[in-house]
Amino acid sequence: MTGFEEVLALGDDALIAAQRLAQWSARAHEMEEDVALSNIALDQLGAARLLLTYAGELEGAGRDEDALAYLREDREFRNLLLAELPNGDFAVTIAKLLFLSAYQRDRYRQLAGGSDEQLAGIGGKAVKESTYHLEHAALWTLRLGDGTDESHARMQSAVDEIWPYTYEPFEDNDLRPGWLATVEPVLAEATLTRPADGGWAPGGGRAGRHTEHLSYLLAELQVLHRAHAGASW
Amino acid sequence: MTGTTPLWEVFVRPRRGLSHVHVGSLHAPDAATALHNARDVYTRRQEGVSIWVVPAAEITASSPDEKDAFFDPAADKVYRHPTFYHVPEGVKHL
Repeated sequence: MTGFEEVLALGDDALIAAQRLAQWSARAHEMEEDVALSNIALDQLGAARLLLTYAGELEGAGRDEDALAYLREDREFRNLLLAELPNGDFAVTIAKLLFLSAYQRDRYRQLAGGSDEQLAGIGGKAVKESTYHLEHAALWTLRLGDGTDESHARMQSAVDEIWPYTYEPFEDNDLRPGWLATVEPVLAEATLTRPADGGWAPGGGRAGRHTEHLSYLLAELQVLHRAHAGASW
Repeated sequence: MTGTTPLWEVFVRPRRGLSHVHVGSLHAPDAATALHNARDVYTRRQEGVSIWVVPAAEITASSPDEKDAFFDPAADKVYRHPTFYHVPEGVKHL
């Protein structure tokens, strides 16, 4: 991947995750969790803005963050399927957050230690946020997994449902062992079974091949900008 | 869920050197979650550097009914204030 595509991919992960998570606003089971999820969505949006702005600079074609976020078709997005999947119930949302933030934290850490100064700055800022997102997701995974029979069953089914999408993030890097070292102890402590390897492992997001869910998400994300180009508050 | 999870009182220290100040309360199932929630609800605009959460049920409070007995006797004891000293010139930070 070129620098542009790599930064665009990470920016798209953050942007799509932000939009998806923001759908919980005013819908979480208690006000405190509502604020927590919205905060995490805002962190993702902040990282997305920095990454997309920088991706536009790397591309050198005059596209800014808005052009990249609002004026691309679904096939031009490079985010992971994991980021675009529907929220499902709260357990599915938590499983997605756990898996995605563990990956994002390690990627941002890599950027923070890299040679590109601007990316190092963005990574250094975002790694702290991802660490918190991961902590929050781990807290809930534990609570739900090691909770009642009902919460355990739903958390396990969420982990089973989302697990196949956790291979795609590592198609172009060697971060999976480190990721497993983060995620497996959380699942074990939550008395959840870590799904076996070798099953279905969908991918394609990085090449622009997405689930149908992304198109609906983008329609909502982009409609205002496309209807009123250049509109501002 | 809110109806069943306990209430926690939140104290935030705004800066190093200042003491923790009560900022409000929230619901959470346990202390770790309460701390997380407090971080999100009360310090998302850089309000603090340290947070305490205390189960609201553990706080013993003075009763409004006892207000007179508790606080009124202090009202006319001016000699309890250090106002009968002359502060020498040049003493700072007093």
